[in-house]
Amino acid sequence: MRFNKDRMLAVALVSPSILAVFIFVYGFIAWSGRVSLSEWVGLLPNYEWAGFSNYANLLQDPRFQIDIRNTVIFTVLFVGGSLLVGLGLAVLLDQGLRGESFFRSLFLFPMAISFIVTGVVWRWLMNPATGSRISGLNLLFDNLGLDFLISRWHTTPQWGIAAIAIPAIWQMSGYTMALYLGGLRAIPESIREAARVDGATELQIYRFQILPMLRPITLSAMIILGHISLKVFDLIVAMAGKQVALDVPAIYMWTTTFDGNFYNRGAAIGMMLLLSVAVLVIPYLWYTLRTEAKV
Amino acid sequence: MSRKFTPFILLLLFAMLLAACGGSADEPEAADTDTADTASTDEAMDEEMADEEMADEEMAQSVEVFSWWTGGGEAAGLEAMIGVFAEKYPDIAFENAAVAGGAGTNARAVLATRLQAGDAPDSWQGHAGQELIGTYVAADQLEPVNFLFEENGWLEVMPETLIPLISQDGNIYSVPVNIHRANVLWYNPTILSENGIDAPASLDEWFAAMDALQAAGMDAPLAMGEQWTALHLFETVALASLGPDAYEALWDGSGDWGSAEVTAALEDFAKVLTYVNSDASALSWQDAAQLVVNGDAAFNVMGDWAEGYFREIGFEPNTGYGWAAVPGTGGNFQFLSDSFVLPKGAPHRDAAIAWLTVAGSIEGQDAFNPVKGSIPARSDADRSLYGEYLLSAMDDWASNRVVGSLTHGVVANDAWKSEIDTALGLFLADGSIENFQTALVAGCASSGPCQ
Repeated sequence: MRFNKDRMLAVALVSPSILAVFIFVYGFIAWSGRVSLSEWVGLLPNYEWAGFSNYANLLQDPRFQIDIRNTVIFTVLFVGGSLLVGLGLAVLLDQGLRGESFFRSLFLFPMAISFIVTGVVWRWLMNPATGSRISGLNLLFDNLGLDFLISRWHTTPQWGIAAIAIPAIWQMSGYTMALYLGGLRAIPESIREAARVDGATELQIYRFQILPMLRPITLSAMIILGHISLKVFDLIVAMAGKQVALDVPAIYMWTTTFDGNFYNRGAAIGMMLLLSVAVLVIPYLWYTLRTEAKV
Repeated sequence: MSRKFTPFILLLLFAMLLAACGGSADEPEAADTDTADTASTDEAMDEEMADEEMADEEMAQSVEVFSWWTGGGEAAGLEAMIGVFAEKYPDIAFENAAVAGGAGTNARAVLATRLQAGDAPDSWQGHAGQELIGTYVAADQLEPVNFLFEENGWLEVMPETLIPLISQDGNIYSVPVNIHRANVLWYNPTILSENGIDAPASLDEWFAAMDALQAAGMDAPLAMGEQWTALHLFETVALASLGPDAYEALWDGSGDWGSAEVTAALEDFAKVLTYVNSDASALSWQDAAQLVVNGDAAFNVMGDWAEGYFREIGFEPNTGYGWAAVPGTGGNFQFLSDSFVLPKGAPHRDAAIAWLTVAGSIEGQDAFNPVKGSIPARSDADRSLYGEYLLSAMDDWASNRVVGSLTHGVVANDAWKSEIDTALGLFLADGSIENFQTALVAGCASSGPCQ
């Protein structure tokens, strides 16, 4: 390796961002970790050592238990729903229908919207009011005579979080569709034809040929959707405000830190969020790096 | 090739220069708060680069005031007071740094971040009482403003009961602009008279009235909104159920949160919630208040800022909306006060003092309060400016027993309040009075005065 002018320039150009990443990402992760092991309550820092008591308290905290429950329900519904809807749309679009590019854009567009906007719009659509104040989807159902579909949406006791997954699926299923469509296009037509020659029905082709070959796509989609789901904050705040019934770790982190000045507890929640995302992402990164190295 | 990069390098140098200027500008300001000797800092400034002085002079013409008044009567009231400020100090630009969010929760988060970063606004809005004392005074962020009270004679015109609540160790830490009442029951006079109901005076009368309305076909006679409005409802029902002595004892540490009286208060609150609209968590306080004037609900418990909102959306007192103390709290004025502070190391201290002088002046308060729908903290206000509701609140303020509000920062510090808010949120989700009370006992022990 020679240190010519170009190379030095490249290093000079890259080094500020490397430095910034080290300070603003890894430095702040370490700092949050330190705060989570401290007694910091109040406006000003207090780094008195608290050991892991903040984490122990969190695990016994009934609000944090609701957070975990809500996150699990939301993640299962959101990831599962997006994968199913995305795969369905991709298979339909893959049938070579006319105007495919139009539909592809149509399904992909919701992804361009921020979760805040989605939340505000769906807050209107999923208005839980009844009687004379009925509006949004409930009004539509009422006018169509589909009264059994009228719902309390996110104000449903216990299961309100499930209603929040609907707009999330709406927003991200188009993206999942794009991923699957790319995967489907990469499968050579000859494989399907070979299966047909062997007498497989179309359903069997999808079941035994296409789906197994799409497994890497499913994995990528699960990782991407999964980490969005674990960190969800804006969608819930825009739709339902900050209420304990629909609480998730990110919202608890915000309210306890900034409304209650419990910086130690907020940092502990933040570290647990990071850990949960890392559990999801690191094996994936390891797996992709290994497979890429093979190729 | 290298010529191409010359502009970038210049830009980089310029940015570093700006950063350096920003750093050095802080030092004289820090000295300012210690010595209050502006002459010596001016000399120090002269020795700095000429263009830096120019920048500083330009910035001395503005004052950044931080609040959460962004909507309804609140924003209109602030605009009116800014108008007075512009008349009195035409050479100081007013920078309105308002952050939206119910009851200021979002704004306080932004403020905390700015204070930790050493980027304090020149003045900010804070609820008088433990919210200021427990958070900002405890963190040594505020400068006492006793000198303003003495110079302007405010001690003579502001209520005596207010001064201890905004003071610590004899130091006054904020300039109160207004007094709000938390324990107000708003009702729809038409619905009540159609059903032959008088404004209820006790909890039992209130329950009977709401039973009658439910029997007449109104599912949810009481309108409520998102979680903080439930906390607001809770504090008024607790006052009604416990009475003022037991209520105040809970906050100073002499009362027992685990007592049977508190259990009874929680049961009353649980009963009140059975009359509430099912979509409460999807409504803002404005949405909930609007249900009353629109005739979708008969009652709403909200602070008297709702009055400004009712008038803004075109309703008249007594015909569009009526009011009474929350049933069972008659004779008590559960108050909160918005006030402005002088931070230590305010970037433009003189401009901040100018703003505080306007905020405490009769012109400022008489511009702000009639529009916002609150009563002035001063007792010498011009009564002709105030509407019917506000005049009745002024009379009550002068004659009633004064107790503090929880939701709006008078009786509990932020940490304790947020623990109570979590306990309430869990109660709204699971409905268990026992768990609620256990959490309240734990909250007082961990973050309040109970040991």
